[in-house]
Amino acid sequence: MSRASGVEYATIREIRGPLMIVDNVSGVAYDELVEIETGTGERRLGRVIEVGGGRAVVQVFEGTQGLSITETRARFLGKTMMLGVSEDMLGRVFDGLGRPIDGLPEPVAEEYRDINGDPINPNERDYPSDFIQTGISAIDGMNSLVRGQKLPIFSGAGLPHNMLAAQIARQATVPGKEEEFAVIFAAIGVQNDEARFFRRSLEESGAISRSALFLNLADDPAVERVITPRVALTFAEYLAFEKDYHVLVILTDMTNYCESLREISAAREEVPGRKGYPGYMYTDLASIYERAGRIKGRKGSLTQMPILTMPSDDITHPVPDLTGYITEGQIVLGRDLYRKGVYPPINVLMSLSRLMGPGIIAEKKTRPDHGEISNQLYASYARAVQLRALSEIVGRSGLSEVDLRYLEFGDLFEQRFLKQRYDENRTLDETLEIAWDILSTLPETELTKIKEETLRKHYRKKTT
Amino acid sequence: MVRGRIIWVAGPAVRAEGMLGAKMYETVYVGEERLIGEIIKLTGDIAFIQVYENTSGLRPGEPVYGTGQPLTVTLGPGLIGSIYDGVQRPLTSIASVVGSFIKRGVHVPSIPLDKKWKFTPTVKKGDRVEPGDIVGVVEETPLIQHKIMVPPNIRGGEIVEIVDEGEYTIEEEIAIIRTNSGEEVLKMYHKWPVRQPRPFRERLDPVIPLITGQRVLDTLFPMAKGGTGCIPGAFGTGKTVTLHQLAKWSDARVILHIGCGERGNEESEVLTKFPEMTDPYTGRPLMERTILIANTSNMPVAAREASIYTGVTMAEYYRDMGYDVLLVADSTSRWAEALREISGRLEELPAEEGYPSYLSSRLAEFYERAGRVKTLGSPERTGSVTIVGAVSPPGGDFTEPVTTHTLRFVRVFWALDPALAYSRHYPAINWIQSYSAYTETVARWWEENVDREWSKLRHEFYQILRREDELLELVRLLGPEALPDYEKLILDVGRMIREGFLQQSAYDEVDSFCKPEKQVKMLRLYVKFYRLASQALERGVPLKNIRAMKIIADIIRAKSMIPNDQIEKFDELEKRIEEEFREMILAVSTQIVSR
Repeated sequence: MSRASGVEYATIREIRGPLMIVDNVSGVAYDELVEIETGTGERRLGRVIEVGGGRAVVQVFEGTQGLSITETRARFLGKTMMLGVSEDMLGRVFDGLGRPIDGLPEPVAEEYRDINGDPINPNERDYPSDFIQTGISAIDGMNSLVRGQKLPIFSGAGLPHNMLAAQIARQATVPGKEEEFAVIFAAIGVQNDEARFFRRSLEESGAISRSALFLNLADDPAVERVITPRVALTFAEYLAFEKDYHVLVILTDMTNYCESLREISAAREEVPGRKGYPGYMYTDLASIYERAGRIKGRKGSLTQMPILTMPSDDITHPVPDLTGYITEGQIVLGRDLYRKGVYPPINVLMSLSRLMGPGIIAEKKTRPDHGEISNQLYASYARAVQLRALSEIVGRSGLSEVDLRYLEFGDLFEQRFLKQRYDENRTLDETLEIAWDILSTLPETELTKIKEETLRKHYRKKTT
Repeated sequence: MVRGRIIWVAGPAVRAEGMLGAKMYETVYVGEERLIGEIIKLTGDIAFIQVYENTSGLRPGEPVYGTGQPLTVTLGPGLIGSIYDGVQRPLTSIASVVGSFIKRGVHVPSIPLDKKWKFTPTVKKGDRVEPGDIVGVVEETPLIQHKIMVPPNIRGGEIVEIVDEGEYTIEEEIAIIRTNSGEEVLKMYHKWPVRQPRPFRERLDPVIPLITGQRVLDTLFPMAKGGTGCIPGAFGTGKTVTLHQLAKWSDARVILHIGCGERGNEESEVLTKFPEMTDPYTGRPLMERTILIANTSNMPVAAREASIYTGVTMAEYYRDMGYDVLLVADSTSRWAEALREISGRLEELPAEEGYPSYLSSRLAEFYERAGRVKTLGSPERTGSVTIVGAVSPPGGDFTEPVTTHTLRFVRVFWALDPALAYSRHYPAINWIQSYSAYTETVARWWEENVDREWSKLRHEFYQILRREDELLELVRLLGPEALPDYEKLILDVGRMIREGFLQQSAYDEVDSFCKPEKQVKMLRLYVKFYRLASQALERGVPLKNIRAMKIIADIIRAKSMIPNDQIEKFDELEKRIEEEFREMILAVSTQIVSR
């Protein structure tokens, strides 16, 4: 892209939704950045999403409100959208396009990077296997998070996903290594107070100096939302793969991102896929989520924790569905548990960490009994839940003695293992010891997922 | 060659004018950076091109160069052990040119040009050769002897020159054939268009099972060599792990693993773990028999469309040498989505859910390239390509277009069940929904090679599971205590089978691979236990005594406690079961007598 920048056009042909069509252009490139000047001299940014036949279709990030056919000028900048990055950006707050909004001067960029990034060569990826201790039993014990993983939180409206994400951001460490995480927070169409909650939480824990916030709030332009996660990840990649940081990126709320994508697609009159979302949404989401990982020979890592709210708690809705197909597992929050007063209300049966098996259990990276405990907790709790449903129909009298022990186990699991305080940071050992406490309420013969020698070592025999 | 000009760009789709004379599916180079593309539609002098690389920054007016060739793959020694993107560019070479992130416009050879291979001729001057005939061999890896064949697209004739045994690169001439239409020069490689199936002599019946070492697959829903199968499942149901298990453990000689629009970290797992793992049949590193194609979800979408053709063409090439090849495609849904995306950009009329109307014919064409065949050429040999495709139905809904169309063209259906996965029952293959059309055709092999009672045992075993499923429906309404003891026993044995037989841990050293002999021993163990327990009940042994048997835990744990090379221990276990039941029955009858 070597053309001199700044060819200006006043030939606006059409404005519709977030799109603006410019006529009689020449030399305009696909994906080129466009600066738009309104009649009042205000400047906005956009990018070319289709070009041909002397016509360019421009997507305007800050929305088309107030643009007119006659007074608007479009200047094609001869480059794709770049973000200037430097370590000085840590501790700062930016808008959804990466411009500072904390009243301090713009950081001096060390280099400029295309916000779309390039795909990591799969052969250059290092397989993630460093266990991250989050201090939360349901995650550490049963759905371990690993450095370089992308593990989303599937939540519902009104559930405490932000508290959980903040707690993880505050507590996450890799045992035995004292490196701290840099936290990049991207707010995508969330409410003002949610963003403020995060900021305060980072300030209180002192993590703010190694954090950066990119905020597109609910009242900011909707189209900008398709840019915000990319801007945040561009900075995160720079920190992770150039400056050796371990970065944790929190993207919230990806449902809003997908809404924006749908809006643009509809304005382009594209053939819709499921529920009106564009057919390429999988590929588009992948271009965000796949920017997590580790690279051979480099010290840093990029871990992602996207948050999304499932519309009417439906996990088969296209947003959670496509996300789940790309990410390495999911942490699902459950309304029932929340109503019971269990925090964090993690529905462990629907949750999964794909990297736990091959990365941690097979390699025996943590305690040797970690894998067996996890499997046993899953199997026993699943049975407890099944029996709970059954007992509602046939009554407790229809259940055998062992079945009743399972019901008891189910309650213990929720109240002692799952439930913990917002500021409670459990070590993995503590988590596993609680697990042994509650598993030992079941008869030894029921624990078939655990090898005999492990049982001999840990099973708590009744001392009566 | 044709040379045109770009007139329109939108994502991976480009229109170019001045393309008169270009052919459908011709490979073209697009723009000044010469990005690789393929023509997918022609109207007048305008060509529609799908570009295999990121088109950011491309602008109307830039040139388009025709090549006159369709999209081809290079076939020759050096394929095994390689890791390719969707259009056969080695990822290691890309990394050495542009670093850890994939940039575009990189042109690298598919197989090393400078590496010398030891070639041993198997024909001599004056011999007559036909297409498919082997003219020499190369030890490609300690596991794979690469057969250099007369390509199927040239005519047969007389060998007028052939080199002596020695070291050659793939670019060196190794033989000259005089044909009716002039002389043909043979090198150790040739090119083949990916969208054109390679010819063979005759199709054979799928009568030999593909052993995967996974009990629920081999015993209940067997795959045949040369067969087709699909494995649909919602996310988190363990598709990828199951496919990795197939790639690791199946007894095919060559494995092609296509990561088609999937996760980068999972590809990385394959790429880092496979080289460390050994083939259970030979003890050699797995990579010595594996070719990987990794086109992750964030890599260009058009290359994803091409990747399965690239893969299946390479698979057919090794089949032609006389090998059994397993091709695993994860996931065909992502491939179908690539098709949909390109089709949408072309503004074609969509069929169901935005997919193009030719989705089903494309799927059919792909799965038809599987098969067990007698190959062209001499010496006579048979080879096979088995295709297993993962399907990722949105929301786990099996009625969506990709799943329903796929089911029309495959013979094995391994249905993954979220409910099983949630309770960590892995592999989460639902034994009621799944089926295999090869169960009868491979039964003879099992009976002749492993156990003469295989069909009988399998049937009895499956009936327990089927009855259990029916009874569970009832239990959901009435509770377990409402059932008579002999039905409760079915529930108990069903649960034992689920835990001890159907569940198999991919991460347990002993359990990960279960050889056929062990599978049958285990099958027999459960059937035996059920028979004896039913008899005991009839003789008056209370159910609670049977439930309290300590040996039950031993039976369940046997899968990971008894390794493949000590299966005689199953006979001991079987004896113990018999004895314990005998004692229980004896105890009951003495009670009766003493009363």
